[in-house]
Amino acid sequence: MGWLFLAFGIVAAFGLAALLRRAALQLAPAEWRSALADMPLTAAFGLMVIAIYIFVALAAPLLAPFPEREVVGSQFQPWSLQHWLGTDRLGRDMASRLIYGARNTVGIAFATTALAFIVGSLLGLWAALRGGWLDQTLSRFVDALMAIPSLIFSLLLLTIFGTSVLTLILVIAAVDATRVYRIARSVAQGIVVMDYIEAARLRGEGSWYLIRREILPNALAPLVAEFGLRFCFVFLTISSLSFLGLGIQPPLADWGSMVRENATLITFGDITPLLPAGAIALLTVAVNFVVDWQLYRASGLKEQAG
Amino acid sequence: MAALIRMIAQRLALGVLTLFIVSVVIFFATELLPGDLASTLLGQAATPETVAALRRQLGLDLPAPVRYWNWLTGALQGDFGVSLANRRPIADLIAARLGNTIFLALYAAALAVPLALILGILAALWRNSVFDRAANAGALTAISFPEFFVAYILVLWLAQSGYFPSMVRISPVSTFGEKLYMAFLPALTLTLVVTAHMMRMTRAAIINLMAQPYIEMARLKGMSPLRIVLRHALPNALAPIINVIAINLAYLITGVVVVEVVFVYPGLGQLMVDSVSKRDIAVVQAIALIFASAYVLLNLTADVLSTLTNPRLMSKG
Repeated sequence: MGWLFLAFGIVAAFGLAALLRRAALQLAPAEWRSALADMPLTAAFGLMVIAIYIFVALAAPLLAPFPEREVVGSQFQPWSLQHWLGTDRLGRDMASRLIYGARNTVGIAFATTALAFIVGSLLGLWAALRGGWLDQTLSRFVDALMAIPSLIFSLLLLTIFGTSVLTLILVIAAVDATRVYRIARSVAQGIVVMDYIEAARLRGEGSWYLIRREILPNALAPLVAEFGLRFCFVFLTISSLSFLGLGIQPPLADWGSMVRENATLITFGDITPLLPAGAIALLTVAVNFVVDWQLYRASGLKEQAG
Repeated sequence: MAALIRMIAQRLALGVLTLFIVSVVIFFATELLPGDLASTLLGQAATPETVAALRRQLGLDLPAPVRYWNWLTGALQGDFGVSLANRRPIADLIAARLGNTIFLALYAAALAVPLALILGILAALWRNSVFDRAANAGALTAISFPEFFVAYILVLWLAQSGYFPSMVRISPVSTFGEKLYMAFLPALTLTLVVTAHMMRMTRAAIINLMAQPYIEMARLKGMSPLRIVLRHALPNALAPIINVIAINLAYLITGVVVVEVVFVYPGLGQLMVDSVSKRDIAVVQAIALIFASAYVLLNLTADVLSTLTNPRLMSKG
């Protein structure tokens, strides 16, 4: 029975994605149309899912039937009309917490990725631009940090600084910035040898101008694809840490810790605790689909040019 | 032969240097702590006398390089000091669990490596077929799932119906067969997650090679596709495949942390998570050192092995 519902859901979702793609094709401005026309169904599905998540995250207080942190009934109630997905270990409404979780979990993961990207890519571009001892020092330092598996290093840092949302964001961003630095530096190294950079240097432009106006616009395409992949990675890391009880702390509604808190239900055959985990998986799949499409497009364009 | 020995010696020296830097990073990370470790540990109970006593007991009154030297030489002899939470020797806490974790990682590797290689080769062989597309979509989905999601789906599916236990109770007296049976679900979880990565990379490595002229030649000779892949592509794809396997075995090291917690498996990962929530820095440092060393050593082995399969790489390094 469950499998039938799942199959039906997947077919319906892809049907909806196909409709959406057709509508987008009609409405989009002319210059986007060629990009949209070769969009595979998986990417359309991914974009649709991402849009839904953003909407739910922004409109959480309007959509949720109950407040995020309030105890509204007895513990572990089954699904009912009043409590759509039942209640959790403390008697809080599961559906509402799931909706607020979109805001907290995705929001924190996004903020962390953005921070890691700003720090990592600026340092990477700067190192590639300046070269010499600055590049060597930074790169060897990053190499040393990357020799430790990221989850292990994050756990070590969280032990030292304690677990709060702010330290979580800073620690994961710091660990992840090392990976972004590597990508940004290698992308920028191909760009800094170009003639237009030399020309700008001879004009007497400063480092900040070169990074902002000359290198960044040309490095943007690979960095955007990398942002998607990094977001997935950060999102899964933060969820795993929250699941381990070391990430986002209660009473904040969060998908990782929701799975952990209500895991006992799974051994009784109740699938409710799997829903937040499924929400995590669905968003990651969606982002991966879109990134795959972007990477394919980037590589396809390269082949044509070459 | 001399070049070979020099290459291996070079890589080993580099590996030792990396391990040294890793140990420095792990040790001196605690120095980042704002304020003093002793007063943080004592919290409310921190009076000048108790802080001074604890500092002396932990050896914090010594300068940091001396403490680092004592810690490192102790660790190399298997003495990691005592836990800050319960004062037991860390070596005793770790000893029983290290074997369990290695067992789980090897178990998962034994399932995942052959599976991933076969799937990857088949996907490359039947490129763009229904099988290839399904395997790719499945792999992409599996990569996107958090480990605990995969784990709980397996619990719901296989443990609910009573085939396998959802909690692992391994005691020192368990026989090998019992251990295999008990640890099946955690090993399967790790297998699913790791296989997806390995399969994708194996497929990419082989497809990359299939564009080479000597493959074209073999095809023009009228060789069967399976024979081309096994005899001509696979031996040349060994270097990237060895790297892929090593990367994923290294990934297993961090994967065990989450999976051990889900299945209450008595391994190092669970001890680490417990110690992080108790903020037992001494234990976390010791386990981080073990995990990071294993990671570095795996990468080193892969580096040496892939160079051996492709002598052209030697002049480069």
